[in-house]
Amino acid sequence: MDAQTREIHLQVMWNRLISVVEEQAMTLLRTAFSTSVREAGDLSAGVFDPQGRMLAQAVTGTPGHVNTMAEAVGHFITEIGRDAMFPGDTYVTNDPWKGTGHLHDITMVSPSFKGDVLVGFFACTAHVVDVGGRGFGADGKSVYEEGLQIPITKFAERGVVNPLLLQILRANVREPGQVVGDFYSLAACNDVGHARLIAMMEEIGLQTLEDLADFIFARTRAAMLARIAALPRGQWTNRLQTDGYDTPVMLVATVETRDGSVNVDFTGTDGVSRWGINVPIIYTKAYACYALKCVVAPDIPNNWASLEPFTVSSPENILNAPRPAPVSLRHVFGHLVPDLVLGALAQALPGQVLAEGAGALWNIHMSVRPVAGGPGRRAEILMFNSGGMGARPGQDGLNATAFPSGVMTMPVEATEQAGPVVIWRKELRPDSGGDGQFRGGLGQIIEIEPAAGHQFDFSAMFDRTGTAPAGREGGLPGAVGRAALDDGTVLRPKGWQHVPAGRRLVLHLPGGGGYGDPALRSAQARAIDRASGTVTGDDA
Amino acid sequence: MRNRLGADIGGTFTDIALEVGGRMHSTKVLTNYAAPEQGILDGIDAVLAEAGLGYGDLDIVIHGTTLATNALIQRSGAKVAFVTTQGFRDVIEMRTESRFDQYDLNLTLPKPLVPREDRFAVGGRIGAQGQELAPLDEAALAALAGRIAEGGYGAVAIGFLHSYLNPAHEVRARQFLAARCDLPISISSEVSPQMREFERFNTVIANAYVRPQMASYLDRLQTRIAARGARCPVFMIHSGGGLVSVDTAADFPVRLVESGPAGGAIFAADVARRFGLEKVVSYDMGGTTAKICLIEGFTPKTARSFEVARTTRFAKGSGMPISIPVIEMIEIGAGGGSLAWVDAMGRIQTGPESAGSEPGPACYQRGGQRAAITDADLVLGKLDPDAFAGGAIILSVPLAEAAIRRDVGEALSLTVQAAAFGIGEVVDEAMANAARVHAVENGKAIGDNVIVAYGGAAPLHAARLCEKLGITRCLIPPGAGVGSAIGFLRAPFGYESLASRVVGLADFDAGAMNALIGGLKATAIGFVRQGTEGAILCQITAFMRYRGQGWEIPVPLPNRAFTQADAGLIRQGFLDAYARFFGRSIDGLSGLEIEIVTMSVRVADQPPAPEPVTLTLGTRSVSAPVSRPVFDPSSARWLQTGILARDALAPGDRVSGPVIVTERETSTVVSAPFDVVMQPDGSLLMLRKEIR
Repeated sequence: MDAQTREIHLQVMWNRLISVVEEQAMTLLRTAFSTSVREAGDLSAGVFDPQGRMLAQAVTGTPGHVNTMAEAVGHFITEIGRDAMFPGDTYVTNDPWKGTGHLHDITMVSPSFKGDVLVGFFACTAHVVDVGGRGFGADGKSVYEEGLQIPITKFAERGVVNPLLLQILRANVREPGQVVGDFYSLAACNDVGHARLIAMMEEIGLQTLEDLADFIFARTRAAMLARIAALPRGQWTNRLQTDGYDTPVMLVATVETRDGSVNVDFTGTDGVSRWGINVPIIYTKAYACYALKCVVAPDIPNNWASLEPFTVSSPENILNAPRPAPVSLRHVFGHLVPDLVLGALAQALPGQVLAEGAGALWNIHMSVRPVAGGPGRRAEILMFNSGGMGARPGQDGLNATAFPSGVMTMPVEATEQAGPVVIWRKELRPDSGGDGQFRGGLGQIIEIEPAAGHQFDFSAMFDRTGTAPAGREGGLPGAVGRAALDDGTVLRPKGWQHVPAGRRLVLHLPGGGGYGDPALRSAQARAIDRASGTVTGDDA
Repeated sequence: MRNRLGADIGGTFTDIALEVGGRMHSTKVLTNYAAPEQGILDGIDAVLAEAGLGYGDLDIVIHGTTLATNALIQRSGAKVAFVTTQGFRDVIEMRTESRFDQYDLNLTLPKPLVPREDRFAVGGRIGAQGQELAPLDEAALAALAGRIAEGGYGAVAIGFLHSYLNPAHEVRARQFLAARCDLPISISSEVSPQMREFERFNTVIANAYVRPQMASYLDRLQTRIAARGARCPVFMIHSGGGLVSVDTAADFPVRLVESGPAGGAIFAADVARRFGLEKVVSYDMGGTTAKICLIEGFTPKTARSFEVARTTRFAKGSGMPISIPVIEMIEIGAGGGSLAWVDAMGRIQTGPESAGSEPGPACYQRGGQRAAITDADLVLGKLDPDAFAGGAIILSVPLAEAAIRRDVGEALSLTVQAAAFGIGEVVDEAMANAARVHAVENGKAIGDNVIVAYGGAAPLHAARLCEKLGITRCLIPPGAGVGSAIGFLRAPFGYESLASRVVGLADFDAGAMNALIGGLKATAIGFVRQGTEGAILCQITAFMRYRGQGWEIPVPLPNRAFTQADAGLIRQGFLDAYARFFGRSIDGLSGLEIEIVTMSVRVADQPPAPEPVTLTLGTRSVSAPVSRPVFDPSSARWLQTGILARDALAPGDRVSGPVIVTERETSTVVSAPFDVVMQPDGSLLMLRKEIR
């Protein structure tokens, strides 16, 4: 085959490989039980070479999974060992430090054999509804209280599922049917990927993926190096104050551009918390890489070579918390890492980086039950809600839109089907977007009441209630968030709290910061702000 | 009905097909945007003249149009007042609270059809079990009626939470407003009684948005056809592929969105039925996009919602959701005019940007500078530069080569031929991948299907698509250029009613189920009876899942009254469907509850079975009179390839590939692993050489 034909063939195979992981992800999306997977697309799927280097991933993934899953496969290869790998195997873990940062995320890896040659691995990750322990919340004092830990182990060997693992799982989680169902869905998703890959290799006549891997990595690396070379050289530091659990926590990042790489260092960040808001570095890195990639290389697909030039370093602190620190709500600070990193990058690339936004999703986990002695129904309900995104250079911020997370919200009608609650309000929060030439995205207001005869406890996972999302280039900050009851009782941003029968939980989600001098905002934009009621103040 | 006329208004052309006895007369005229009905009349005049008939001889006119879709895409609909539940004013603006592209921080979400100042919230609340939690605030409604009456609105949409369970508040609000303002009012529980407020609200708003324009257009059309002497009824094709009366269409115009492409799928389904092909992939490739639809048992696959007016690169999530029954199609930005380029990794990419018909691909010599798929097809020898569109457009090979060299070849150090090969491979691979993923999404395998290819560019690419999908047979029917309009003539009088009710099988209540189905049936039959007195068929489908899952699978149920004992039958039906859908049943789920989420009743009459065609594998071997070198992508070599006119082939003639069969509108490329056989009805069957 001449070089020109080979070039075309490799390009086509690369496309085909991406299609294989799309099919893999689609299977998980269709069969999963986890609310966050099925309604919110909170899953990842990817294919790896025999050395554990990611070749391609489905574009459905949310950043916290994608980049962490890419690193996790290496741990599986080391711990299982090549000699113990057989066709039909599936490996599993929820180790926060080797997987994706907290026990709720299950990562499964399956070797892909063509005949008896190991040609690669498939991996996928999804958030399951329960892992036992204290449930999804910040109140654990160590990871041991946060649920069942599954070390890297075999879920199935040569196609036979490990019955002991299933027994232990069933005995330890609150929704055994759904959790076990998700384990099977994850395994099935890798099986689909494997079947498609082998079909592709047979059709094309490939024995290994080596040549294709070399091609993908070489092309990607060249593109990444060109982008990094175009960045100014230097070091830029940014600080971001967050709510913490009960006292504010300071996050610090220093972005340094180097020859062929960009490093983010988290020296100066506050120490490990005694609450479950700590972040394993693998998850911190995932969001730091994501932020860099959005600005530097948004069009370059995720694979080993596109992630490799991004490195992180950090002493032990809340963004590099060691075992056995509690990490259940690692997503809250993880979601703030992009704003932290982008703030540093904005100094290097003025005029190119959006303002700060709400950052972390305002997730609520509700445990609903009948009032004592009364009839009714128990239910566990998870809701995802988003505040405003920061204004962009050139455009207003997106209202009530998740960033950096990639998840979707659930329909109110579906949430009310899931359990006895009434959501009385879920609409945009006027005046919450920071003013500027371009306005920050609006937050939202949510009011939730237990259905008649019910009460609920909820796990708060909120931030930006103490420090507002900052504007950029002269833009003003967005509005801080607020959690309260409708009688005025102020609630804490984190931890389990109670909403009695007849009361409403009222949440004001933060708005995004503005971009550019408010004096430069066009008269037309101001007129629309006022007519739509998104801005009601007299000065607007 | 003897003389049937189909009229399809598309973005560029208005296609007319008149069937008289078994004979088809067809024409294409340019779509007249200012007066779309004028284009239809011009076309009808032409085909009637050809057939020697007058308007009075027409027995039925079946019409499909993209006008509703265009109004949504171009935002040219009415000013709508949207009345909704207090606390939920921004549902259509907040959407899913997500970004359709993870890495593009500058993305723009589509603006809601109704701006915030025209969205009005009123008190009153229905709960998740259909119970009233708070009474409708009629005082607020009264104040609102005044504002709407004086607000310069053209239509009103009403969407309240949980109205798919209990429409009482919506019905009451409509009565109340109708008495106080003279505007068409659409309510979500009638337009789209499905759970999920964003989709339902957007759908009722879209309905209201296009309603005044569509009602006026349909009225003009009927009047003008009648004025020319037609006495026949006019029926509209809807997105689900059935026919509805003009009155229904005027009340529920959102059901007309995507009706043109639906016609194409019905056309392919009709081909499948005539040839007795159980599993077919309909493949339509035109100037800007390719569309793929799965057809099983002669019925196009349908879905309960789709997205219209995608703003960005056909990306999922960048458009507006419409939840109505629809023939499900995947559309990718790969047509003859789609442009080729090279990304940061040196990967060849095609589309979604298209050169369209003006200026067109570089080879058209109309000023197009950039390399399009058609340019690659020309450079690879698939097109005869002097015989394109019957010689109407002379194609320039040097211009095509120059464009490909500049846009692709130079960046990758590829020769012009290799670059053209790369473009072709990338676009064919993209279509193959889309087809494969779509099949997986529906729990199907694709290799055992037959492709039915139509549209100008499909026959050029169908052979390679077959090779990539492992498909062994492909039909290219005659009349493929006006496929949608012909498809209209084959559409049944049909209507699908849907209702969401989340019911666990443990709480199965046969009485409630029978009542729900009875209501849906009555609605659907009512619509169908506006068009036919003939025998009708009811299909009952439950959309079911394990409790906790978010994706429901269709489970066919018998069309009869259910008893309590039927819970077991329904459960088994679900388990079987689940196993079928995912290739195997997923173990470990035995303890989980199964639930029904949505019920569907589809009612259709049964159009007379088309005359069956017996597939022939060829009775006579024929060879092409002339040949030229054409590039063969699977062997990556130039092969001497026969050239033959389609109308030179008689039924039963079998020609060995590689060969190109030419006709006025397009050319069918038969690659080396395939032969082609002329069928008794004029279809071309492309099949693997080893099938004899």
